[in-house]
Amino acid sequence: MAPAIDPVIGRYVRFEIDGVAHRVYFEEAGPEGGGGIPLVCLHTAGADSRQFRHLLADPAVTERYRVLAFDMPWHGKSTPPDGWERAEYRLTTASYTAAVRAFCKAMELDRPVVMGCSIGGRIVLNLAIEHATEFRALIALEAADFQQPWYDTAWLHRPDVHGGEVCAALISGLIAPQSPAVSRHETLWMYMQGGPGVFKGDLYFYRVDGDLREKVKSIDTRICPLYLLTGEYDFSCTAEDTLRTAAQIPGVKVQVMKELGHFPMSEHPAKFREYILPVLAKIAG
Amino acid sequence: MSPAERFARLPDLLAADSDLRRRGGWLTADCRIDIGTEPFYLTLREGALAEFARGPRLLRSVAFSISGTEEAWRRHWQPVPEPGWHDLFALTKRGAASMQGDLRPLLQNLQYFKDLLALPRRLAEAA
Repeated sequence: MAPAIDPVIGRYVRFEIDGVAHRVYFEEAGPEGGGGIPLVCLHTAGADSRQFRHLLADPAVTERYRVLAFDMPWHGKSTPPDGWERAEYRLTTASYTAAVRAFCKAMELDRPVVMGCSIGGRIVLNLAIEHATEFRALIALEAADFQQPWYDTAWLHRPDVHGGEVCAALISGLIAPQSPAVSRHETLWMYMQGGPGVFKGDLYFYRVDGDLREKVKSIDTRICPLYLLTGEYDFSCTAEDTLRTAAQIPGVKVQVMKELGHFPMSEHPAKFREYILPVLAKIAG
Repeated sequence: MSPAERFARLPDLLAADSDLRRRGGWLTADCRIDIGTEPFYLTLREGALAEFARGPRLLRSVAFSISGTEEAWRRHWQPVPEPGWHDLFALTKRGAASMQGDLRPLLQNLQYFKDLLALPRRLAEAA
């Protein structure tokens, strides 16, 4: 019997972000003959690109799209840059934007679609604000211009509380109760594996540095179409947060996803594809 | 069954869940859970309930307490809770529950406590 190998290839790419050398891990899958519309996927805070493994293995997506999901530096199999031990990790709007653009440039992608979730969704909004001409379309999952904090991130990185377990336990409530148990626990497992302080450092962008209120009003969807999709069980980025954001952006397409939470692509892949396949079909034209 | 009556069944529900007791194996803590206006005192030893007291106890000391309105617990314990009522922090974010005291043992064992406080959901069909 032939080996049961997933139709996904994982490799490392080397490039600089703001003048600092990085070795970044990514996975990709696309049409059998090559080509396809590049679709870059951005994982949530404190997690990695494995969240998109079902999308990468979905022929309904990869027959038209070249899907690329990379681990942000400090996440998954992308190691931190040399000297990381001498500074506290903090993601910022500028450093995150630079990382996404650097990946797209290093991979020589021609006007890719970018789809990000949570912090990845928030940075997609910033791409729409600052760099819309570089992208074919933008998809923000679980995204808003601002969200009300619901816990103190100091708990995420201290020696008397297990970082992996507390990160997973906190975000477990953002998963919809309808999500299959196996997918719920796979999603939690990824959170249990984050490096110390990385989730907290990502949330610096989310909580402190990435407030996009007012700025989203400048988004021009005639330059680059923008789609917002949020799960109804996400109480971190609520449906109301997303709808409030969408109300400020003429031409945006917004949808609240039933029976889904903050991690649609990994917590309930079958349900998510009901929502994302029509969006991808529309973008592909 | 009122929310307090359902929570009063906690010892049986926890006794029937060996996996949850296993996951709480390192946990020793005293805490108070308020179901509406009715306090419950939990004495947790190695993940099991060593003592469970319903009603006020004068000068009883606990590490932390979690208070929720009757509506919060009733909706939290629906078989499939509605959005915004489905998680302990969804309740605190909307102002229907709160946490006080030394939260360290809570955060050190957070999934255990979330699952412990969701146990009455299993009584839904009998309610």
